Amino acid sequence: MNTALIIIFAVVIFSSFLGIYAGRRVKMNLENWTVGGRQFGIIIIWLLMAGEIYTTFTFLGASGWAYSKGAPTFYILIYGALAYTLSFFILPALWKVGKRYSLLTQPDFFIKRYDSRLLGVFVAIIGVFCIIPYLQLQLKGLGLIVEVASNGAVNPNVAIGISFILTCMFVYTSGIKGAAWVAIIKDVLMILAVFIVGIGVPYIYFGGFGKMFRTLIEQKPNFLVFPGAESSMGVLWVMSTLILTGLGFYMWPHVFGSAFSAKSAKIIKRNAIIMPFYQIPVLFVFMVGFTALLVIPGLKDGDMSFLALVHKTYPPWFMGFVGAAGAVTAMVPSAILVLFASTLLAKNVYQDGFNPQMSEEKVMTLSRFMVLVVMTFALIFAIFFPNELVPLLIFGYDGVIQFFPGVVLGLFWKRVSKAGVFCGIIAGVSVLLILILGKKDPFLGMNAGFIGFVVNALITFLVSLKTKPATGGFK
Amino acid sequence: MQKGTKYALILGAIPFITLVFALPLVNRIEPIILGLPFLLFWILSWVILTPLILFIAYLLEKKFNPPEEEDE
Repeated sequence: MNTALIIIFAVVIFSSFLGIYAGRRVKMNLENWTVGGRQFGIIIIWLLMAGEIYTTFTFLGASGWAYSKGAPTFYILIYGALAYTLSFFILPALWKVGKRYSLLTQPDFFIKRYDSRLLGVFVAIIGVFCIIPYLQLQLKGLGLIVEVASNGAVNPNVAIGISFILTCMFVYTSGIKGAAWVAIIKDVLMILAVFIVGIGVPYIYFGGFGKMFRTLIEQKPNFLVFPGAESSMGVLWVMSTLILTGLGFYMWPHVFGSAFSAKSAKIIKRNAIIMPFYQIPVLFVFMVGFTALLVIPGLKDGDMSFLALVHKTYPPWFMGFVGAAGAVTAMVPSAILVLFASTLLAKNVYQDGFNPQMSEEKVMTLSRFMVLVVMTFALIFAIFFPNELVPLLIFGYDGVIQFFPGVVLGLFWKRVSKAGVFCGIIAGVSVLLILILGKKDPFLGMNAGFIGFVVNALITFLVSLKTKPATGGFK
Repeated sequence: MQKGTKYALILGAIPFITLVFALPLVNRIEPIILGLPFLLFWILSWVILTPLILFIAYLLEKKFNPPEEEDE
């Protein structure tokens, strides 16, 4: 066994036990399991939300895009700041209705606001469809990281399998609190790794990031302005993608749901203020990707650039450290994703759709069982269809933004109607599917999800004007 | 709409203006500032300023809006 492997293994095991330990004194009911009994203070909320944002995709994807696409990668630095700004205005209002009506999930919100269980089931199913590929991506990223970090000693499927069992264990026992606790380790390791490598590699190879950028500009004069290396990613594409991801971010069922775990509306508001600081490490991830392009050009897969450069530059034990950080970085979002997918299936699809009389205890048991089902599905996809889900993943972000009109109008506009929201979502998703399946994305230089969203918002608005306002409503 | 909320919304528009709608105007490499190409420098600056903007919005809301009972 090599050093790197021992480090990765130790960190992953320790994190999982911490996650299991987190739930030891909590009497598990659905509210405690899914939203931590609405008791999280500012630090734990910050860690939790950061845990959701910093996924393996940030780690590998942001450096990968810096390496292969250039300037378009900058959108990853921006969209978080937009999402948090928006959350400053939306989440406190959302938290309040969540508290008042004991909402746990995003479909709960739709059911209560629009007085329609059918709409809830519909939203839940779309939500789960969007989550699975995201989860699969995390698992795949984890396999990749462990494989490279261990220098090929560990088969990626074995790594995925082990972390799959461990993640299931701490989600099963501790719910969201387990994920929040593991997020502490994840954040410390991740930030350390990103800062050390991000500051280190430009310095080691060029004597500083300024000189690195100068070399890059000399070699590729247009690489650091839009559209970079990808002609389809012009400034219009960047702007539409920013709107899509900035507005869509809090529409992810798991991010939406974790807003309910805060102790008060004030905490969620203060959290929105400090969240943008968490974007800064992304800059250092870019530095790694850019440096890698100059030092080790010609990699087939840009997403490997971060790991490949660390491998070339640092001793094996440090590779182990990066690998451990990367593995835990995949486990935390996986845990939260699987937690909310399971609750959506058990509570909103099964209970609301087929068996409204089901007791809360039984819903809880079913949710826990669903953890295994959802994870197994993602695992099968990750191992047997590693590439087939890429179109579905695009559908993920494009899909969740279709909830935006229903949520925001639901909070702030009395006139919005059930029919409006139904028609809007159906229209938005249809436009999206037509554009993506017809290979028309980007369309007129804009992101297809953005177009679907605009159609959706318009239809929701127009149909709402022509129909009766929703009867549910919040006072 | 309450006065504090209005001020906060105006401030909240700043990141969207600078980080989305202004992008076509700042899509350039020169001048290089602090070693960063201009586009990246612009983006980074506004990302770092966003918490400050939101903090001011928070103070304005607190100052002009009456306190809410459900807030604790």
